[in-house]
Amino acid sequence: MAEAEIFPLEYNATELLICTAARLMPDNTTALIGTGIPMLVASLAQKMFAPGLIPIFEFGGMGAILEQLPNAVGGSRTFHRAIAAAGLAEAIETAQRGFIEFGFIGGAQIDPYGNVNSTVIGDFYHPKVRLPGSGGGNDAGSHCWRTIAIMRHDRRRFVEKVDYITTPGYLTGPGAREAAGLPAGSGPYRVVTNLAVMGYHPESKRMMLLATQPGVSVQQVLDNTGFELLIADKVEENPPPTAEELRILREEVDKDRLYI
Amino acid sequence: MKVIQSGIGPLLQAPDFEAFREWNRQKPKSLVDKRMTEAEAVSKFIHEGDYIGTELYGTVRCPMSLVCEVIRQGIKNLRLVGQGVLELDYLLAAGLVKATDLTYIGLEVYGVSNCLRREIESGRLETIVEWSNAALAWRFKAAAMGVPFLPMRSMLGTDTFKYSSAKLVEDPFTGKPIGLVPALILDVGLIHVHRADKYGNAQIDGVNGFAAEMARASKTLIISAEQIVDTEEIRSRPDRTIIPYFLVDAVVEAPFGSHPGEMCYLYRRDEPMIKEWVKASETAEGAQAYLERYVYSVRNHQEYLELIGWERLNSLREA
Repeated sequence: MAEAEIFPLEYNATELLICTAARLMPDNTTALIGTGIPMLVASLAQKMFAPGLIPIFEFGGMGAILEQLPNAVGGSRTFHRAIAAAGLAEAIETAQRGFIEFGFIGGAQIDPYGNVNSTVIGDFYHPKVRLPGSGGGNDAGSHCWRTIAIMRHDRRRFVEKVDYITTPGYLTGPGAREAAGLPAGSGPYRVVTNLAVMGYHPESKRMMLLATQPGVSVQQVLDNTGFELLIADKVEENPPPTAEELRILREEVDKDRLYI
Repeated sequence: MKVIQSGIGPLLQAPDFEAFREWNRQKPKSLVDKRMTEAEAVSKFIHEGDYIGTELYGTVRCPMSLVCEVIRQGIKNLRLVGQGVLELDYLLAAGLVKATDLTYIGLEVYGVSNCLRREIESGRLETIVEWSNAALAWRFKAAAMGVPFLPMRSMLGTDTFKYSSAKLVEDPFTGKPIGLVPALILDVGLIHVHRADKYGNAQIDGVNGFAAEMARASKTLIISAEQIVDTEEIRSRPDRTIIPYFLVDAVVEAPFGSHPGEMCYLYRRDEPMIKEWVKASETAEGAQAYLERYVYSVRNHQEYLELIGWERLNSLREA
């Protein structure tokens, strides 16, 4: 197959985010899925790389086959041909006792330790922008072994200090999660953006650039990050979405184009 | 038990377990026909200043016909808990909410709630106390268990904790830090179900959200049901009963009671109508005009369904 057929050049930023995050999902694992982009990630991963992925939705859907994209986190598609339709407490308790490997986080701001704000911009009592609040975000960030934040990448979102910590990352650094009473060995794993994929330095727990998206330079990533970003010894460049990934995403995962 | 840290959010409803036990003791255990209309149930059981809760949330199995009746009756100064999409948005737009234990108020894929922002800016919504989803479910679960609090590991180390009324304590068994959430006992819970009998035995299909916990955490419980069924149907499948009748004070028959939200296996959500609210609620005037058209100008749920039109409603039915 010619390279142009495997890697068509036409895709948008949302499609790139979804394809990049889906590739992070191994098979036969559990993931706590929230509203929006994570639903598409789980669906694409299930169809392409991880047929044994068990999506768990916070209102109780467990192990759905994501043939049709859920339009709500408690909607009927979150338990379509599922293994169980349970409830909210059961879903999060499953995470609290260590059964859920991956969790997805989204928000308006993220800091170098992966703390995320989805509650308020400005002062809590007199907000500049009032956002929806935690929902299940804090629960995912508290209990899942490895959380993946999916964000747009710019200096307004990647900030030295978030206005409000809705969902815990590594808080103030090494040992802070454990000191606060959060589960040992849990925490932020990756940040996937339209510009790059970041991880966290194993000792300092600060965000670290691992790979750039296709055609993006390291400098562009740094220019769009409002704090000092660590850089891995070897920064990879992600391959672009393949024709097959895009076909499944467009024709099967989100054929009504709700998100992409 | 040593308290390490306390959230600064006020406790909007302090749980009193001796009173709750006495209350539950006197609730009628006889088989009484509890069927009534939305208007009767709301006027009889919901009062100004009450702490009320709704389940599941605005676009999924939500007691919208009851919420609309609360708005028609204009019951003010409510304290409120829920998973807010349309239902909390409507109540906020109607200016009826004074305080809320909040985990999420937004429009899911359609973005932030402008009603929430306006109510904060106007000062009408005086108090917001923050929680995670599970923390609220566990607060109901504690009340359902009849205990004053539950330990949990959500919210720790964050501002979500700081602006809640949770506490961080030293676990008396291990000495490690552990979070505690206070029980939440509601004055009135509102839950929409697939089927119930006239006594209030209620069954839910699909995910059950936090219905089981909230039902047991409510002093007064109003059930709306898509269908009122014979008790024999309940008794033939008792494993399906998530809410037994003695928890229930009112049973309201409400076909399409979750509209414009969905009801799994019965009907899909009404996307154009949800989008209509998204657009209308951008401005205070738009939200008022929407409420005028779909809530204030109809006398009851039956008239609402006529206004929406049966052709449209029938097109939402699952095959």
